[in-house]
Amino acid sequence: MERTPLLSMHNITKTFPGVLANDDVSFDVHSGEVHTLLGENGAGKSTLMKILFGLYQPDSGEIRLRGEIAAIDSPTSAIEHRVGMVHQHFMLVPTLTVAENVALGLPSARGFRTDLDAVSERILEISNQYGLAVDPGIEIWKLSVGERQRVEIIKALYRDAELLVLDEPTAVLTPQEVDDLFVILRQMTNDGTGIIFISHKLHEVLELSDRITVLRNGAVTGSTTPAESDRQQLAEMMVGREVKLAPDKPAVDRGPARLQLRNVSVKGDRGTVAVDDVSLDVHAGEIVGIAGVSGNGQRELAETIAGLRNAQGGSVRIDSTDLTNASPAEVRAAGFAYVPEERMKDGAVGEFEVSENLLLINHGDPQFRKGPLFDFAKIRAHSQRLVDQFSVKTPTLDTPTSTLSGGNIQKLIMARELDSSPTVILAAQPTRGVDIGAAEYIHSQLVQQRSDGVAILMVSEDLDEILGLADRIAVMFDGKIVTVIERESATREALGLAMAGG
Amino acid sequence: MKRLAGGVVPLGAAFLAFLLGALMIIALGASPADGLAAMFDGAFGTTDRIAATAVRATPLLLVGAGITIAFRASVINIGGEGQIIAGALLSTSVALAIPDTPRIALIPIVVLAGLIGGGIWGAIPGVLKAYASVNEILSTVMLNIVAIQLMNFLLRGPLIDPIEVGTSRIPQTQRLTDNAALPTLVEGSRLHLGVPIAIVAAIIVYLILFRTPFGFRLRAVGHNPDAARAAGISVEKNIVSALSLSGALSGLAGVILVFGSESLRLVTDGGSAGFTGSAGFNGIVTALFGGLHPLWTIPSSFLFGSLLTGATELQRELQIPNALAIALNGLIVLFVVSSDRVRGWLDTRLDRSMKARVEE
Repeated sequence: MERTPLLSMHNITKTFPGVLANDDVSFDVHSGEVHTLLGENGAGKSTLMKILFGLYQPDSGEIRLRGEIAAIDSPTSAIEHRVGMVHQHFMLVPTLTVAENVALGLPSARGFRTDLDAVSERILEISNQYGLAVDPGIEIWKLSVGERQRVEIIKALYRDAELLVLDEPTAVLTPQEVDDLFVILRQMTNDGTGIIFISHKLHEVLELSDRITVLRNGAVTGSTTPAESDRQQLAEMMVGREVKLAPDKPAVDRGPARLQLRNVSVKGDRGTVAVDDVSLDVHAGEIVGIAGVSGNGQRELAETIAGLRNAQGGSVRIDSTDLTNASPAEVRAAGFAYVPEERMKDGAVGEFEVSENLLLINHGDPQFRKGPLFDFAKIRAHSQRLVDQFSVKTPTLDTPTSTLSGGNIQKLIMARELDSSPTVILAAQPTRGVDIGAAEYIHSQLVQQRSDGVAILMVSEDLDEILGLADRIAVMFDGKIVTVIERESATREALGLAMAGG
Repeated sequence: MKRLAGGVVPLGAAFLAFLLGALMIIALGASPADGLAAMFDGAFGTTDRIAATAVRATPLLLVGAGITIAFRASVINIGGEGQIIAGALLSTSVALAIPDTPRIALIPIVVLAGLIGGGIWGAIPGVLKAYASVNEILSTVMLNIVAIQLMNFLLRGPLIDPIEVGTSRIPQTQRLTDNAALPTLVEGSRLHLGVPIAIVAAIIVYLILFRTPFGFRLRAVGHNPDAARAAGISVEKNIVSALSLSGALSGLAGVILVFGSESLRLVTDGGSAGFTGSAGFNGIVTALFGGLHPLWTIPSSFLFGSLLTGATELQRELQIPNALAIALNGLIVLFVVSSDRVRGWLDTRLDRSMKARVEE
């Protein structure tokens, strides 16, 4: 393999005030291969890609494309060097058509007027070549997430990209859409395109990659291939220590049904039926996982249980208390704890200090008062205990919560919720966007609660998380629970199929 | 670090406003140094003047303290004028109904009446916002006009001084009995009980906001209603509470404007400014200048109070129209409000550098 790499980045170093984002990173991609960049949040993947795309300038190091030094100082010059990027958050104008979006920002042969017919023709050519199947004349807002992503890929290919960067492309896709995407990417590499794949979903990385480079704290910690490694090893390279991907679950006897949902129907924000006749029991000492692609009613169901949304039909009970359309305070009084999906929107007050967020649900407890006023000594002691017990990393107890990392905010929310000694816990996407270490910890805490006889309902899009934690798995599709499977008889394939409505 | 940015910005705004004020004095053909000296002399030159400044500051402080409650709960209360009038009307009516009550009982009663009057006037937009999603900026402003017309109606009809009925029909109430007057603190000066009442009120507001579960809920709702709701805090109830309490403090300002005045009666000139001196609006400025902190609102109100008393002296000594004070007031508003953007920018910068340090 003495051929010149398509891209080689040599000894890239980039510092931000107080942070070494890239530390002497070298990385290359050959034509026709998928090279994965793996690392936790803040490991330096995005910085490296932003340097490649001309959004940042490195402090030192050089970028070579096809063997020649390339000075990339803007996205425009990156595109001129035939580098394309598919961002995690799509850069599309929803009200414009596919062709108009693709043509956006490109010079037209007709001067001021865009030659959309020519653009459409070329789009069809590209879609046929790679099986992208996109109608150039359709408006973006009518497309599914997977289709929008294909438009982004077409945009890059239209600009003759030879090197394509995909930033967490599978985060928003169903398992079936992921398979389709991988087929497309394989076709592109067969045609000689080089692909940089950024992900933290280990099984996908192992499935798609030719080579894998792992970053940690801004530096390369290793390079490997799928043949030479496994999930466990990759995770440990990312974290830098031994990790448990799936927590040990002791055998626990399933107790009585604590949370009981009967024929629950809920309308979504747009007035359409979001949750359709859902019935489900969660027993003491078990974790029930709700699997499903987001947007299939999980959020509405969770909000209904938490008292944040009214059900149009059916009933919600905890033990013997009817909590149908009860207020959040009433639901909590019945022994309910809630770890919401969007932690900065529903879980914590960003401007509040760490200790204030730890007090959010029990600020009225008389033990924290002296007369009518707060007893700050007691509150500090309480916060310090929770911070220590749940190893929330924070400079001080009065640090504004929004400055903490996602994983630490999640641990803070977990600390607060679990400290209320609940009988039922609803945890929605408990480890989304959280680093492996924090996720490991959060999982172990949920398993501990299960051992203590708490009934846990966990909503997650992450099949690894569902398979690793749940005792029973309910798959949600189009507002309905399409199947409930015992963990022992569940396979990734069967779940994936059910999640796609099959 | 953050506290520093919070203090530097309003002081910078005041400095810029005074700089422009100096230019205006030059444009009017006087020396800015003389002008500043005259204003300072007018505000603090004698014990009497200091007392007058404190008295002018009182309604600003009360309205401002109320505004901090509302704004901390993310409710914009522009209804200070109406709430002052509502408090004044209710307390004056009560005082007129029980004229012979001894002072020791009458004063607490009228204070309570003022709190209730202003509180109701604040609760109305609160209920409308919480349960019918009516924008509180619009409803509070409109209720100002309703309050003014209510005052005009009452003072021209049911509450008019009987002496005026057959004569000039000046729309004013009867003069209240002397036991209704707020006792003066220093013999011979205008410094009355209203001043310490306002300061104590600001301190109580501070304690409520930052040291009680009730204030905790208000602030949680103000910062993030979604998280507050999910935690079991009622957003609706707290919106109503914030506006009611905010209105109650303005209502108390109305009490002090009537019962601390030398005429001891409520008079209307058809609008609100004649009675309130626009304290309902200037109180907002006072609160913003105080960084929406009830304790900082105390010095802030004295600054604006001194501006008002100082302007009188400026007019007398240099023949500069006291509209300059209004202009200065306006300039400070302009700079403080636009500096909110500066402050926001500073805050995000500081947050970011803090975040970088944490991630390190």
